[in-house]
Amino acid sequence: MPPSPCALCKVNRALILRPKDHSKLCKTCFITVFETEIHHTIIANALFHRGEKIAIGASGGKDSTVLASVLKTLNERYDYGLDLILLSIDEGIKGYRDDSLETVKRNAEQYGMELTILGYEELYGWTMDQVVAQVGKKGNCTYCGVFRRQALDRGASRLEVKHVVTGHNADDVAETVLMNLLRGDLPRLSRTTSIITSTPSASANPSSNTNIKRSKPLKYAYEKEIVLYAHHKNLDYFSTECIYSPEAFRGSARALIKNLERVRPSAILDVVRSGEDMAKLVPGSDEGCGGVCSSSVPAAEEEEGGCGSAQGRSSGGEMASVEAQLRQNDAASEHNLETEITTAGGNGSGKQHGRHDSGAAPLSTAGKKGKKGFTPRKANKQVMGRCKKCGYLSSQDVCKACVLLEGLNKARPKNSIEVAYEVQDVSVNSIKDELKKTSIGAD
Amino acid sequence: MQNDEAVPITVEFSGGLEILFSNQKKYSLSLPSQDESGAPANVAFLVRHLCENVMKDPRKELFILDGTVRPGILVLINEADWELEGEDQYEVQKGDHIMFVSTLHGG
Ligand SMILES: [Zn+2]
Ligand SMILES: [Zn+2]
Repeated sequence: MPPSPCALCKVNRALILRPKDHSKLCKTCFITVFETEIHHTIIANALFHRGEKIAIGASGGKDSTVLASVLKTLNERYDYGLDLILLSIDEGIKGYRDDSLETVKRNAEQYGMELTILGYEELYGWTMDQVVAQVGKKGNCTYCGVFRRQALDRGASRLEVKHVVTGHNADDVAETVLMNLLRGDLPRLSRTTSIITSTPSASANPSSNTNIKRSKPLKYAYEKEIVLYAHHKNLDYFSTECIYSPEAFRGSARALIKNLERVRPSAILDVVRSGEDMAKLVPGSDEGCGGVCSSSVPAAEEEEGGCGSAQGRSSGGEMASVEAQLRQNDAASEHNLETEITTAGGNGSGKQHGRHDSGAAPLSTAGKKGKKGFTPRKANKQVMGRCKKCGYLSSQDVCKACVLLEGLNKARPKNSIEVAYEVQDVSVNSIKDELKKTSIGAD
Repeated sequence: MQNDEAVPITVEFSGGLEILFSNQKKYSLSLPSQDESGAPANVAFLVRHLCENVMKDPRKELFILDGTVRPGILVLINEADWELEGEDQYEVQKGDHIMFVSTLHGG
């Protein structure tokens, strides 16, 4: 194939084929266009204001490294007047974070940004290594994700920073759109598609809550282009598999996204845009516009799960469990079971006011004896309250992190076999309690 | 395969992919100039060659899926996206620098 010239400058050899529009660009033009598009995202959504202090959630990985580099460039080029700092979370995984934190430290020097590293140990009293010793390798990503989510907010409030930016990219958003769509979780769909979210900080004193704003300036940037940007700009980033997360790619929502991209590269942004459009239609969503029109939407703790190494990215099992769920629903509807949404008491009115549990719980509890059909959620507003224990925004009385910690702390003196059991039990019981409570309320 | 001539090339792995290749990022290789059927060596052949002769990690599916480079791994041929060069049909030339970059590892 003869080399094609760049579509913009018409001089240099094209090296990049853009997934969103198939345009062929040279290295220089690509870098400029990539940065300019993020600038437009920032301006169109009014993400920042002059004088704002912003913490960049930095993992040393490609996304946050590119985010830091681009924000520094844009802050200077367009004179945003931002005070940018780096905030890193140390989950306490020996050998994993050691290297990535070294990368973040180098980044801090390279970009001339202040860096704060905050450990799970000081935040929760548990390092991930200790959690894994307790619960085993299976399921520990849940802990990691739940703790991580709060850790950035806690860290930010400690630094008196009111705005945290994260490196979530278009692939990440497309993936959560698909997962929430398959689960029928429309309220969460609306939250995860919005570019700005806010959570009250998890300060020890709930009355002194300051809202921590979260935003994703790379929301419309393809993962492919983020990697290419890092490559062509020679950015120093760290990549490894999270050693506790067995790579389960086949059958994951991520795999679906990557396969779609190979067939039709524009699919990723199409999914993101469709997610936004659907979010607008969700009745009772937190904002009429689903947050797309720049006002912020409360983020729930469950917004991002998953392992620290892969921000909120799904693992192989998820698609399979969604599929199993759908098959069960089909079977249920064949037997006319789907309308039989009974209360726990099973008497009379048969209306369940149960708020839908928002974690992974529906997948595991639903389908039992056809109790819960896959009926689309009504505009049931998820009531966001605060965790009784720590004050963090939560749809439960006690937030996920506190529930997990309770399980961990209870189990601490026992031996590990009992422990794994015990921890699972905690969440199942609390769900049962939840259901009991709601059915009483319904009577 | 009567043609014993080999094509000297450089192959590079990054973005976490090097983990599958003994943690070595750069390899200088001599690729047979023809594939199993005697056709000029192309990237598809290179990928098979890497899988069979260079990769020691048993998890081949993390590099190859359904007969081609797993989606989510970028291939750069002399810095250019392989889609600009004919993807796996690109015929490998002497001195080529072929890079495999994973986009799938930590953000
Ligand atoms: Zn150009
Ligand atoms: Zn709590």
